[in-house]
Amino acid sequence: MNSRERILGRVRRALVDVPRDDSPYEQAVERDYAREHGDRSVEQTVELLAENLADYRAIVHRTDAEGLAALIAGLLDKRGSASVLAPPGLDPAWLERTGVTRVADRVESTPAELDRVDSVVTACAVAIAETGTIVLDGSPDQGRRRITLVPDHHICVVRVPGQVVSSVPQGLERLDPARPLTWISGPSATSDIELDRVEGVHGPRTLEVILVGED
Amino acid sequence: MSGTYLGMPAFPEAAREAVGNETLRGNLRHATHTIRAKRAKAVTEVSDWTELREAGKRIKDHTLRHLDRYLEQLEESVTAAGGIVHWAADADEANEIVTQLVQMTGESEVVKVKSMATQEIGLNEALEAEGIHAYETDLAELIVQLGKDRPSHILVPAIHRNRGEIRDIFRAEMSEWGRPAPEGLTDTPAELAEAARLHLREKFLRAKVGISGANFMVAETGTLVVVESEGNGRMCLTLPETLISVVGIEKIVPTWRDLEVFLQTLPRSSTAERMNPYTSTWTGTTEQDGPSTFHLVLLDNGRTDTLADEVGRQALRCIRCSACLNVCPVYERAGGHAYGSVYPGPIGAILSPQLRGTGSEIDASLPYASSLCGACYEVCPVAIDIPEVLVHLRERVVEGGEVTREGNKVVLRPAKGHAAERAAMRAARWAFTHPGALRTGQRAASRTRRFHPRTLPGPGRAWSGTRDLPPVPAEPFRDWWLRTRGGKDGAK
Ligand code: SF4
Repeated sequence: MNSRERILGRVRRALVDVPRDDSPYEQAVERDYAREHGDRSVEQTVELLAENLADYRAIVHRTDAEGLAALIAGLLDKRGSASVLAPPGLDPAWLERTGVTRVADRVESTPAELDRVDSVVTACAVAIAETGTIVLDGSPDQGRRRITLVPDHHICVVRVPGQVVSSVPQGLERLDPARPLTWISGPSATSDIELDRVEGVHGPRTLEVILVGED
Repeated sequence: MSGTYLGMPAFPEAAREAVGNETLRGNLRHATHTIRAKRAKAVTEVSDWTELREAGKRIKDHTLRHLDRYLEQLEESVTAAGGIVHWAADADEANEIVTQLVQMTGESEVVKVKSMATQEIGLNEALEAEGIHAYETDLAELIVQLGKDRPSHILVPAIHRNRGEIRDIFRAEMSEWGRPAPEGLTDTPAELAEAARLHLREKFLRAKVGISGANFMVAETGTLVVVESEGNGRMCLTLPETLISVVGIEKIVPTWRDLEVFLQTLPRSSTAERMNPYTSTWTGTTEQDGPSTFHLVLLDNGRTDTLADEVGRQALRCIRCSACLNVCPVYERAGGHAYGSVYPGPIGAILSPQLRGTGSEIDASLPYASSLCGACYEVCPVAIDIPEVLVHLRERVVEGGEVTREGNKVVLRPAKGHAAERAAMRAARWAFTHPGALRTGQRAASRTRRFHPRTLPGPGRAWSGTRDLPPVPAEPFRDWWLRTRGGKDGAK
C-alpha cells in the first residue's frame, strides 16, 4: 500500500462516526458575518483606505490623472533614485515626466540585478479599505512578483474609487485564484525583537501608494 | 515520536526551571501582555467577530469531517495547476521525500519560510544529515537557529530572547553561516533587523530551492496561502526555481471564499493587526513568475490518529494564531520550552499528546499543564474547546482506554503508578509552588465559562474536581490545596 492510500484509509477509518448524509458544505457553513463593516460612502471608503495605509506606515499621496506623471517624477527625484523598474504593461504616460533610467522587467534578469534597481512603479489589482491592503495579481501593469519584492522602494498606483473595495470578502471576490497574488499591507515589518515594530526586513522598506482619481 | 526533544523532562520540571529564570520571565511577560492587549483591541474593531469565529469553526469542522474527499480534490486541483503532490505518513517519510527532492536539484542549500510542520518533523536536522544546509529566514527563526536554540512561541519563536542577547548571538554566530554581523552592531531593533536583512539577502539572491509550509490550502482551486510579515516568505516563495511545501493534511479549506473568514480572523488573533504586511497565494506554477517546479508534501504524522478521537479532533481546527499562548497564565510563567514540542502553550498541551501519543513522560504530563481557566477557549478564533480536550486527555492518561496510533486501534492502560501519574502530581505540586499561575487562572475563570462537568479519579481529581460546580468553583483550587496540604490525600 502506498502512503496516499494509507493516509486516505486512515482518514476514512477515523471518520466512521460521521454519517454518510452529513450536512453538505453549503449548509454546514452559515455565513451570517458581515460583507463589510460599517456604512460608508464611496469617498469615505477611499478615505479609510488612505488612513489605514498610513497607519501601517505606507506613505499615501493623492492626485488626479493629470498630476500623476509629475507626482511620480517628484517621488523618484526626492528619493534620489537612479533607476526605476517598470512592468511591461505599465501606462507609459505614468513615467513620461521622469528622466530616471528605466529598467524592464525581463525574465532573464537575475535577482542580483533587481537588487541594484532603486525603485519600482506598478499598478494594482484591488485595494481593501478596512485593512489598508493593496493586492497585486501579476497582470501586465504589475509585473512578476519579484519586482515588487527585491527593490527597496515600491510606488503603487491605485485608481480610486474603481479599484477600491471595503472589505476582505469583497476583495477576494474580485481576485482570480489562478493568478499568483501578493497582498501588501504597509511595508515589510517585523516585531520579533521585543515586539518593537521595525519596518523593512526583506521587502521594500518604503511603500508609497498613490491614490489617483478617475475622471 | 518525532519532534519530542530528546531527554526532555516532563512539563513540571521544565517549567520549574523556566520560572526560576528571571530574564526569560521578564521577556515573556512583557511580550504576552503586549500582544494580549493589542489583540483585544483589534478584535473589538470587528463587529461580527462572533459570527466570523463560528464560521471559521464550522468550515474547519466540515472539512475535517470530509477530509478524505477534500484531500482528493486538493490533489487533483494542485496537479491540474502544475504542482506535484506527495503523501507522507510520518516524519521520516516526509523528510525522505524532501531530501530526495532537494538532491534531485543538485543543490546543497535551501532557504526556509518559518513553518511549524517542518519543525515538527525535524526537517532541518534530517537535511543536515544528508549534507544539505537549511537556512531559516524568518528573523525570529534566524535568532533561534544562530543561537542553537529552540523556538518557544508559535508566532514569535525568539520571544524568550531580549535585544542584548540577540545582538550577542548575531555578533558571535553570523559569520559561521555567511555574512558576518556589521562592525559595532548595537542592540537597537532597527540595527539588528538591518543586520539580518544583509545576512539573509545574500542567501535569498542565490537560493535555488525554497521550503515552506502553508497556512491554508484551497481544495477547490489548489491554491496555497502563506501569511507573514517580513517578506522573507515572499523571497522564499518567489526567487528559487524549486519550491517544496510541507503541509499538514488538516490545513485544507474547501473553497476560495472560505479565506474571507480566516484572512480576517488570523491576523487579528495572532499579531493583533488588521492585516499582516504580506500574504502570498500561489496555485501550482505560473509561467515565468516564481518557481518553475512546485512540490506539495501532504503530511499525516499523527493527524489521522487525532482525527479518530471524536473529542480531540477539534484540535485540528487550529490555525496556529498563538492567541491561546498569549493569554495562558501557565505559558506566561513556564515559557514555550517547557512544553517539549514545537507546539507550546494550551494548543501544544492538547495537540502534542495527540500527535505523538501519551507514551512519553512529557506527553503524559502535558494535559496537566493548565489551570483550566478557559481563557484559551475565549480567544481562540476557531473556538477550540481546549479545556474540554485537556480534561478528556487527562481522563485518557489516568483511566486508559481505546486510542488510535498510526492508524491502528490500541488500548491504553491506565497510568496508575506509572509515569503519567507521577507527572500529574508533579504538575500539581509545581502549580502550588507558583500560586501566581493559578490565581490568574481563577480570576479569569470566574469571568468566563462553565466547564463540562467531569471528574477525574486519582490525581486528576485534584485538577478537575473543583471545576465541577458551575458557574464559579465553591472552593478555588488553591484554597483546596492549602487545606489538604498539597494534595497528599489525592496522591494516595
Ligand atoms: S488553538 Fe486557537 S487560539 Fe490557539 S493557536 Fe490554535 S487557533 Fe490560535
